[in-house]
Amino acid sequence: MATSSFADAGADLELVGIHKRFPGFTAIENLNLLVPAGSFFALLGPSGCGKTTTLRLVAGLEEPTAGQILIGGKDVTSTKPFQRPVNTVFQSYALFPHMTVLENVAFGLRRRHVGDPITKAHEALRLVELDHLAARRPQQLSGGQQQRVALARAVVNRPALLLLDEPLGALDLKLRRQMQLELKTIQTEVGLTFVHVTHDQEEAMTMADTVAVMNKGEIEQMGAPEDLYELPKTVFVANFLGQSNLFTGAVSETTKDTIAVDVAGNRIVVPKSRAARHTGTVTLGVRPEKLSLLTTEPDAVAGQNVIGPGRVIDVSFSGVSTQYIVEVPRLGSMVVFAQNMVFGPVVDRGSEVWLSWNVDHGFGLVDDPHDVPRFPADDDTVSIAAQKRVELTVELED
Amino acid sequence: MTAQESAVLGRTVATEQRLSPRPRRGRFGFGRWLLPFYSLLALVFLLIPIVYTIVFSFNNAVKTNISWRGFTFNNWLNVCDEAGVCAAFGNSILIGVVATVVATVLGTMIAIALARYRFRFRAATNLLIFLPMATPEVVLGAGLAAQFLTAGVAKGIGTVIVAHTMFCLSFVVVTVKARVAGLDPALEEAGRDLYGSPAQVFLRVTFPLLLPGILAAALLSFSLSFDDFIITYFNSGAIQTFPTYIYTAATRGIPPQANVIASAVFLLAIIIVVSTQIAGETRRRRLARASVES
Repeated sequence: MATSSFADAGADLELVGIHKRFPGFTAIENLNLLVPAGSFFALLGPSGCGKTTTLRLVAGLEEPTAGQILIGGKDVTSTKPFQRPVNTVFQSYALFPHMTVLENVAFGLRRRHVGDPITKAHEALRLVELDHLAARRPQQLSGGQQQRVALARAVVNRPALLLLDEPLGALDLKLRRQMQLELKTIQTEVGLTFVHVTHDQEEAMTMADTVAVMNKGEIEQMGAPEDLYELPKTVFVANFLGQSNLFTGAVSETTKDTIAVDVAGNRIVVPKSRAARHTGTVTLGVRPEKLSLLTTEPDAVAGQNVIGPGRVIDVSFSGVSTQYIVEVPRLGSMVVFAQNMVFGPVVDRGSEVWLSWNVDHGFGLVDDPHDVPRFPADDDTVSIAAQKRVELTVELED
Repeated sequence: MTAQESAVLGRTVATEQRLSPRPRRGRFGFGRWLLPFYSLLALVFLLIPIVYTIVFSFNNAVKTNISWRGFTFNNWLNVCDEAGVCAAFGNSILIGVVATVVATVLGTMIAIALARYRFRFRAATNLLIFLPMATPEVVLGAGLAAQFLTAGVAKGIGTVIVAHTMFCLSFVVVTVKARVAGLDPALEEAGRDLYGSPAQVFLRVTFPLLLPGILAAALLSFSLSFDDFIITYFNSGAIQTFPTYIYTAATRGIPPQANVIASAVFLLAIIIVVSTQIAGETRRRRLARASVES
């Protein structure tokens, strides 16, 4: 049996057409996902997007309504959690309070009758630098230490797949950074497949090789963190992963490589290769740090988009950079991040400015900001009751 | 004094005045002695029967144990001399232990089922479990006795055990259910995730975590069973438990041996309570010291 031996390498995880419905609402709709073996994969999304449910499905703590789960090519959809080569680091750590730290770590080894569980547990504790606290009870440890014990307790079993359910959520910023680094080190050391669920976009980007942005039970976009950030495909990704300035308008002219969009009288150009749609009404975007603030109107140059004049309505200084909010007539407010190359802000509130950016830095999105929700929330009691009534009438007519 | 100074000082004076205590009532104020006196009275009232029982267990009684006839250890040394005392006590212990074990095992299972699973008749079960606690004991006792009569079951130790198990069950379910509800489901999930089969997860995770609640329920069951008179009286037939023995003996003066057993049970209970308190306190201190060291 797969669970009776240590996995010598991570296994790949494949989800095929997963649906998960709870009474009254849909958590996951038609999810397809391939996590390659040995990768650090992050599932990123706001709370309630179905990412934790996905994790619980993989761990076997929930059963999918439809679809298949494959680990290392083997279908595990109908197996019990204790039969899967998967371990989870729970959000609340879920350390057993009636056992010592050492016994917590040895728990999985003992259940599988692995030889010499105590020595192996000590080794795992040394990996997270907590071997000196092996005799303690979990409640005598700090939050960060508990998190490391939970990690050791999962890693010691050498699962083919390690699931992390927002394990860093309860830690303060400094400890978080430290743990992020430690997690990454451990992952490269033991070479397992990590699936990390988080709502923290910065955490997902710094740690994962591949990030999947999840929204309303579906994967919106998946890829390397840089690619996701530089070329978001949807409005949700553009806004959830960092900030974006978005404009919607009709395509006014098309050349071989570029399209130009008329946004309330401003002509904005974007390369065809970076735009998802080339005709009709499209939404374009640009990241705030790609914008330059100019105090005089620049000459029109090919390869640069210029809008303005606008007025600076807010300046907030944050050390490394300064964030300006510029109100441009008919376009709304735009966010600009500027590195503090000189002391203090470059322009003051109320100044008249122009904004420009390289055409190659823009991106065109698949959807529009005002798209209707894919499946509107139907979890209120009225709709549940209505649903039940419809079901009953159908049943009666039969 | 400048205007500023006087303003400051004025404010200071005002503050002082506000802080000064309210004028005292007379030295023999009503509240000063009434509450302590009342508390003392309540304590004395509560303790007199217990002290009486213990003191008269040392009484050198001849026929009745009502008047003091001098100090002796004989009652303590020869407890079982008086016919019936020890037999009744033995019956009580036997009934208490069996009823407690059955009610605790059954009650724990019911509590877990009620707290963890959604099933048909769950609400009805919840209500039925609560009923024996709400129903007057006389009704329960008489009702059961009638049922035993109809079914043709001879009254005896068996019927008493059945009756006691029935009412202990409710208390076990209520006590253990609270404990199950407070148990983080993630702990059991972690057990399953760490390759524990359902039986292993129950044995290694769920049960140890519920144990304090189960023990408390068992202790409660035993003391309820040991104590019960009304239901026992209706269903015991010829056999006597300690409470029914005392009741019948009281008509002709309770023998001092009964006082000995009552005192011994009381002292045992006190010893158990005090030692658990001390053990708990020691554990808390050790934990506190360990966390300070880290």
